[in-house]
Amino acid sequence: MAKRNEKVEILKEANENAIFNKETEGLSQGQIVLRRFFRHRAAMISVVVLFTLIAVVYTALDWRIGNEKDPYIIPGWWKYGFEDMPELRYGADCIDGSIGCPTIDAVPLLDGDGVSLGEHPFGQDDIGRDYLALVMRGAQRSILVMFIIGAIAATLGTIIGSIAGYFRGWVDAILMRLVDFIITVPVIIIGSVIGFHFGNKGAAFLALLLGLFSWTGLSRLVRGEFLTLREREFVDASRVAGASNRRIIFKHILPNAVGVIIVSVTLLMSGAILLETALSYLGFGVTSPDVSLGLLISNYQDAFTTRPWLFWYPGIFIIIIALCINFIGDGLRDAFDPRQRRRLSRKEKANARAMQNRGEFA
Amino acid sequence: MPLETCGSRSKLKLNVGGEEMFAYILRRLGALVVILFGSSFLLYNLSAISTDPLADLRLSDAQNRDYLIQALTRELRLDLPPPLRYFIWLRGVLGIFVGNPNFGLTREQQPVVDTIIEAIPTTIRLVAVATIVAIVLGIALGITSALRQYSRFDYGMTFFAFLLFSLPIFWVAVLLKQYLAIDFNDFLVTAKISPPWIIGLSALTGFFWAAIISGSRRRVFMIFSVAFLANAIFLSFLSATEWLSYPRLGPVAIFIFSVGIAFGVTYLSVGLSDRNALKSNLFMVLIGTILYFPAQSLLDSNRPRVGILTLLIAFLISAVAVSFIFARIDRGPVIRTSIITSVLIWGLILIDQMMQAWRPFVESDDVNYRPVATIGQSTIWLSETSFWVRVLDFAMHLVLPTLALTLISFAGYIRFSRGTLLDVLNQDYIRTARAKGLTERTVIMRHAFRNTMIPLTTIMVGDVAGIVGGAIITERVFAWQGMGTLFNKAINSFDLNLLMGVILFLSTLAILANLVADLLYSALDPRIRVGAGK
Repeated sequence: MAKRNEKVEILKEANENAIFNKETEGLSQGQIVLRRFFRHRAAMISVVVLFTLIAVVYTALDWRIGNEKDPYIIPGWWKYGFEDMPELRYGADCIDGSIGCPTIDAVPLLDGDGVSLGEHPFGQDDIGRDYLALVMRGAQRSILVMFIIGAIAATLGTIIGSIAGYFRGWVDAILMRLVDFIITVPVIIIGSVIGFHFGNKGAAFLALLLGLFSWTGLSRLVRGEFLTLREREFVDASRVAGASNRRIIFKHILPNAVGVIIVSVTLLMSGAILLETALSYLGFGVTSPDVSLGLLISNYQDAFTTRPWLFWYPGIFIIIIALCINFIGDGLRDAFDPRQRRRLSRKEKANARAMQNRGEFA
Repeated sequence: MPLETCGSRSKLKLNVGGEEMFAYILRRLGALVVILFGSSFLLYNLSAISTDPLADLRLSDAQNRDYLIQALTRELRLDLPPPLRYFIWLRGVLGIFVGNPNFGLTREQQPVVDTIIEAIPTTIRLVAVATIVAIVLGIALGITSALRQYSRFDYGMTFFAFLLFSLPIFWVAVLLKQYLAIDFNDFLVTAKISPPWIIGLSALTGFFWAAIISGSRRRVFMIFSVAFLANAIFLSFLSATEWLSYPRLGPVAIFIFSVGIAFGVTYLSVGLSDRNALKSNLFMVLIGTILYFPAQSLLDSNRPRVGILTLLIAFLISAVAVSFIFARIDRGPVIRTSIITSVLIWGLILIDQMMQAWRPFVESDDVNYRPVATIGQSTIWLSETSFWVRVLDFAMHLVLPTLALTLISFAGYIRFSRGTLLDVLNQDYIRTARAKGLTERTVIMRHAFRNTMIPLTTIMVGDVAGIVGGAIITERVFAWQGMGTLFNKAINSFDLNLLMGVILFLSTLAILANLVADLLYSALDPRIRVGAGK
């Protein structure tokens, strides 16, 4: 019995292999990766959610372009700006008697009013500023910081890692000592030191500086990839053929390391948004009058018992953004991993069995 | 047998690699000094260039403003450029090699070393407990998840881990404060669990076990019902007896739990078919239950610390003695399982002792029926209190910060141990082990689990740096007086000496943790030799 089971097992494996091979026939590496990524359901949902969120967040508020005095304004879809101070609703306006209560009505069944946003969907803060506008502004800042850190860290980490891994020797030694200097200090500490002194210079500048200190982990990974890839035959072949160092790095090695880089950059970005919010929470990040999600939570954590919405909304936005990025990273990792096998659907298994019965592969 | 090869392997290593290893450690320690030098230079200058300790004074309108500015300039050597100041600071620090270190004074004229040494135990307590809980829970869940790959439980765990990855710790901490401290304390006043809660919690437990064990639809339904019913009865019992208000284990409950522990430990470690081990463990349970009675007076005496230690020694000795009675040729595994069981029973008795201190603790004026604390690392006792009440107090203050830290760090362990175990299960030696007819338990626990632990050591130790970073935020939320508080203070008061002291301590910790990780890795995995290839 056991022997028979084993035989069936082997047959099954052969069939599944055949299915996978058939699927990837005639496709380039990039197409295979893309296909695998599109199949990752959680990652695809995350891509859709994240891009919708970014679109919604960045079109919510007015954009002011041009000089300070006479700006050209592109109106946003939301009526209030994050600096506007409409009248604070309290007393009779709020059913529960709180100050600046939220007016969002997302549950149509309970009171039969249907879904509506109302005057201030997320409520108002202490001085009457519309909380939806504040959260949108905060999310804009956090996403901006995330992308800047990701871009800078990706560029620096890739360049430094490839140089160190490709040229080895003293170049490698010097660069890796530099990495050691930075990597040994917990990132929240470097972030706080930078943030405390430069946080008031704006979110973009803060992100730029944080990016200058976040490339170390990536550069180590890239260096490791380069150390193994540069010993491979195809690199020797291109060197014999007379390719320059630059050509070997960019045309031959880097494309093979791109999976590692993309995956670790996505994970770095989800770390970056948490870093930014944590720094703002500690008071070392984005400072008022500008707004960030961490700053909002920090300002209203004591109001949790009386006005919980001031605490919930910014937190939920952080989690949605970070969660989407993490799932996208996971999808990319699966897509780039050649060993990765997806689980066959029931239909495909039935097909495999049918093929086996017809004796096509057995 | 895997055990024997394990032993001979490490002996071999010691003979060959002792000297090599020593040289390697020395070289790494040398590198540590260089790295610390570099990173401290970097951070010193970064913070020195960008800070202006005189900013407050420049804006003040005190009469002796110019004099104050001059005095502070002289005191902090602000007339010198930052790199020069760094070397003055470094000269003091390098005194560590001649036994006379000088880390400078804080702005309040306290020696930096004293301030830091005062704060270390608090942070270590927080970090250590959180790390241990995260490791144990994370590995257990990760491994279960891997063994049930592609099941509902696996997908649930994956989502859960990603959710935890994405949570800002300060946000979680505030939620915990509200729901597990304020609301839970309110609940503890009556300790009556309402029927909706009983049903909800029981359903949750039912889903959990049904998802883990899984199988055919009928089996899943059976497991769900059994788990649901058992849990509902258990919770109703707790509610009816007001157990949560008057917690106590007592000899009967300890006996029942111990029997469970004995079976569990035996099953996981050597398998229930090993009758000698099972007998030895069950006999240990009997001794443990008997030891419970003399333990009461021992632990309640004037010197409870001595009592705890004496009890532990008594347990260990009886475990070894019992194993010698029951073991035939398999002395090793029997002794090992008996010792694990005895230590766990010892822990149960200590927990029982803490529970006995619950009422005096809750009723005292300083606690006043709010047992789960949200602020500080311990209560400042105004009245005389016993040892066990103080222990309980420490524990109750630890609950929330530890939970917050654990929640954000154990997602990494879930993912990593799942991935590693899946990799290991695909290896040829696992196929060999299965092919030669070993039981699934032996394959998983002996061959797969042990090899999973090897790469896990790297992230375990490497995680220390990350968890210290989390501790900085956690301390802020829960108002603990540890390294995080010092760090905040140092930055906000432009206290360069204190700041550098904290950074130096934390980065030394991180580098040492890395070194330990590498050494552990090479000790556990013979394929990796430290210092090779240079």
